[in-house]
Amino acid sequence: MTTVAPRPPASADSATPMQRDEVRTIFEKGARGRRAFQCPPAGVPERNPHELLPESLRRREPARLPEVSEPELVRHYVRLSRRNFDLDSGFYPLGSCTMKHNPRLHERVTALPGHARMHPLQDPRRAQGALELMWNLERALGEVAGLPAVSLQPSAGSHGELAGVLLTRAYHESRGDARTKVLTPDTAHGTNPATVTMAGYEVVKVGTNADGGVDMDDLREKVDDQVACLMLTNPNTLGLFDPNIEEIAELVHGVGATLYYDGANLNAVMGRSRPGDMGFDIVHFNLHKSFTQPHGGGGPGSGPIAVSERIEPFLPVPVITRSETPDGPVFDLDYDRPQSIGRLRGFQGNYGCFVRSYAYICSLGAEGLRDASEIAVLNANYLLARLRELVGEELPLAFGDRCMHEFVLSGEPMKRDLGIKTLDLAKRLLDHGFHPPTVYFPLLVDEALLMEPTETETRETLDAFAEAVASVVAEAREDPEVAAEAPYTTPVRRLDEAGAAKNPVIRQELAADGA
Amino acid sequence: MSRYTAVTPEDLEQMLATIGAASIDELFEQVPEGVRLGRELDLPEGMSEQEVYGHLLELSRANTSADDEITFLGAGMYDHYAPAVIDMLLGRSEFLTPYTPYQPEISQGSLQVMFEYQTAISELTGLPVSNASVYEGPSAVGAAGYLAKLANGKSKFVVSRGLHPHSRETLRTLSHGYGIEVVEVPLSGGVTDPDAWAAAIDGDSCAVFFQQPNFLGIVEDAAALAEAAKNSPAVVVGSYDPIPLGILASPGECGVDVAVGEGQTLGNRLDFGGPSFGFFAATAAYLRKMPGRIAGETTDVDGRRGFVLTLQTREQHIRREKATSNICTSQALNALAGVVYLSWLGRDGIVELAELLLQRTAYARERLSGVEGVEELFDGPVVREFAVDLDVADTAAVERVISRCQDRGINPGYAVGRDYEEFPTALLVAITEQRTAEQIDMLAETLAEAMAEERAAAGVGEAAS
Amino acid sequence: MADASYPAELIYHPEHDWARVEGDVATFGITWYAQDALGEVVFFDPPDPGTQVEAGAPYAEVESVKAVSEVIAPLSGEVIEVNGALGDTPEAINDDPYGSGWMVKVRLSDVSETEALMDATAYEAILP
Repeated sequence: MTTVAPRPPASADSATPMQRDEVRTIFEKGARGRRAFQCPPAGVPERNPHELLPESLRRREPARLPEVSEPELVRHYVRLSRRNFDLDSGFYPLGSCTMKHNPRLHERVTALPGHARMHPLQDPRRAQGALELMWNLERALGEVAGLPAVSLQPSAGSHGELAGVLLTRAYHESRGDARTKVLTPDTAHGTNPATVTMAGYEVVKVGTNADGGVDMDDLREKVDDQVACLMLTNPNTLGLFDPNIEEIAELVHGVGATLYYDGANLNAVMGRSRPGDMGFDIVHFNLHKSFTQPHGGGGPGSGPIAVSERIEPFLPVPVITRSETPDGPVFDLDYDRPQSIGRLRGFQGNYGCFVRSYAYICSLGAEGLRDASEIAVLNANYLLARLRELVGEELPLAFGDRCMHEFVLSGEPMKRDLGIKTLDLAKRLLDHGFHPPTVYFPLLVDEALLMEPTETETRETLDAFAEAVASVVAEAREDPEVAAEAPYTTPVRRLDEAGAAKNPVIRQELAADGA
Repeated sequence: MSRYTAVTPEDLEQMLATIGAASIDELFEQVPEGVRLGRELDLPEGMSEQEVYGHLLELSRANTSADDEITFLGAGMYDHYAPAVIDMLLGRSEFLTPYTPYQPEISQGSLQVMFEYQTAISELTGLPVSNASVYEGPSAVGAAGYLAKLANGKSKFVVSRGLHPHSRETLRTLSHGYGIEVVEVPLSGGVTDPDAWAAAIDGDSCAVFFQQPNFLGIVEDAAALAEAAKNSPAVVVGSYDPIPLGILASPGECGVDVAVGEGQTLGNRLDFGGPSFGFFAATAAYLRKMPGRIAGETTDVDGRRGFVLTLQTREQHIRREKATSNICTSQALNALAGVVYLSWLGRDGIVELAELLLQRTAYARERLSGVEGVEELFDGPVVREFAVDLDVADTAAVERVISRCQDRGINPGYAVGRDYEEFPTALLVAITEQRTAEQIDMLAETLAEAMAEERAAAGVGEAAS
Repeated sequence: MADASYPAELIYHPEHDWARVEGDVATFGITWYAQDALGEVVFFDPPDPGTQVEAGAPYAEVESVKAVSEVIAPLSGEVIEVNGALGDTPEAINDDPYGSGWMVKVRLSDVSETEALMDATAYEAILP
């Protein structure tokens, strides 16, 4: 895996016809009148369509959708797919993203007609399987979080965060307590401050101490009765568990604020430590991280929330209920929740994601979830140890000594001594067949590389990756230009992002109609 | 060791030695003692793959799916046929398992799909700017509200009651956070009351929202609704059902500023409500206020055509508290289904499909209106869905009628009274290309039986009064 | 991209902005150091003419591919002209920060504020 193909000569001019075809869009293929769809006959007495829908309400310009045959359609998208890197074929040590294996069983069970073909407004009495599954998943997530109530509704982590901050607002408002500020650490993911603004609060940043944890002095200074909430990730974005978490919770609760747990890093502590036990009031899960959803090239995800008793009355509607009857348990949807923040989206959430994560929890059970976190932490520390051994001087650990499920290296010495930036290392790793780690995040580490191997990778893969990093560093010692111009073996090389932003071309221009 | 991990006892020993730790417990020492769980989670034991399959199969059989009955239930999600090519393409590892395209050199497939998707949505809506999709329909309406707030900072949302109840509720939930008041405009004759609409729009209006076709299935005069807002600061937001757009005047043609909608019908499964995608398109003026991911065309250092995520300075990872949205990604896989579906339908196909819906819906409307105790609720033009009024006591009675039909294998639709107190006895009936003329006839017969039963149970005299 | 330079005829604000004062009108822009730190500029979001700007407060935004920076007004006054050419050629801010990369012209409300700004030598001394 460490041998690298020579730089191919292909350029725009020398491309073969097939290479040129590869970058044509579906709109540039096909021909007028070609089709993949065969419309069934209406089979009803035909009425004058212009009487049914008057001309004034009809469209004048047709939607110029592609016109291709089915074989063309299939070949186009299959060939496009081959221009992607994917988790099934390669390692993704992307920090904060938890790119663990996606079991194929989950695709099979999600596609069962009794799940996939369920209409969301089906009478709950005829949706007992779906509601029972959601109920069971809620209970399991509540147990992992150490909190009593769960809503599965939010569509993604960012949506779960918004739910959480709106719940905080509803909680304070119910007590006649108008607060104005939300605290976020300066290491926070950009979603946290963006969410805070969307929920109508002002963002106040809390600093990071020399050990990578929350700066307690700064927190003490900023926490007051105008603070509605502190949003925290624990372990944090540096892969470190905050040793002061109990004191943090005490301080935040002391001023009547809520403590919010961003579940991005939950994969480090499942079955080992629970946010509820740490004092958190609201937790969001990323089912697409800790509970394995295929990422789909950027969605869908799912972002359920778990909350403490004092927040429970405000959960989004509908809420799933379970009651015992002589015939066994009956599940229903409860809309009558006077203190609820209301809906965050249509229907009940991303059920297809619930089926997958529920299957995952059924497969692993209590022991398996704990094992997943333990191996995730073991793998991260092992990769860290291997990289320290091979490139510890060029890429030192930014904070701490050991890590939880992920760690941050600083590329500063590499940039200074070898003249290649973190970005260059990342691009050169592409030629080695690896997806690079997260780069330039968290912001407080210069030239940051955030690595999270997850529990599903083998030791051999971790070794190979560490060796690939080492070989890029060794190569840069000889000739930094190689990495600076990488990659060479990918479908395209470095792209002109400034040009794309300056003159945005965000849709295909089509020939004028009638041409 | 679970079946998804790979550390053998020998691996463990060697890995710990490399790390310099004596045990896994030692790696967790940074977790303070006071917050260690110290017991196993209270969850059932893990199961083998076939046991999990069996359990999930059993749960699925406790559901009545669209395969188990002839369903006329719509109200936001519809039982359209998705072609086999979608299953095949979405099942490919290369589309199913990549992360968001942060490394464009190895993500050209996903990025080009986004670009093609944006083009298709732009064509469908007649608006020049589309993002790469958002979560789903009602939250897309909410996102449009936030765009309007950032664009003009006014204080009021004017919302037609024809907008899906879930969209209205979502908008209310979100706007409460950033402090915008929501004013609802009633329906009159089944469409947004034009006088009340015009009267509600003023200089404080941040955005106005309507749905096309509206929740009762009736086609609104979108151009007139948009025109009424032209002399106000309001952003005109239309929530559209995409398949009828094959024949309906496009948002761009009607002067709509932002068009959003639920993308489930474009090749996605019902999935008990998700995941699907929301589309989000706008006029060029709002390009830099758009939420979410946008792919753009560019070239690489060798001059080859390529695609990247662009205009990222709008987004949360760069602009943080001033971002246009907190959304991090799109619904890439669902949007892929969307663009494959639209390419499969094609330019002529989407027109043919929408015309087919128009014919079959007209037939169904006529057939049901002939059933005793069933009347058309309103007579405005419809494409794929319509409401009838049942001559029964209340919404609970409508739900009993629905249930009686379901016992006969037919789901006749949605009880509108659940969301609209002004239409307590209305039934909303949806048609797709999967509902044949024969099935529509069966619906009429079954509904007649169920109505007769309900009226008999309620007492004939009462039912006739 | 031009080499580092800090023209002597300009005055400087510590947030890396310059002003060229002619009577009661000043032209504003960002310094060579600022554009270098930002990288290739892809978008300039100007204020509307007529906007009141305040010394030390942001009046515009400038974007590179992966960063947004607020542009700080070195002096107070009313915007009387905006460099519209930056709409099509934002790269002028990189290529010619003191010439075609100028951003706005402002009618000053208090010319004496210029005394608080630095000359080129003083500004260069604060650069890292």
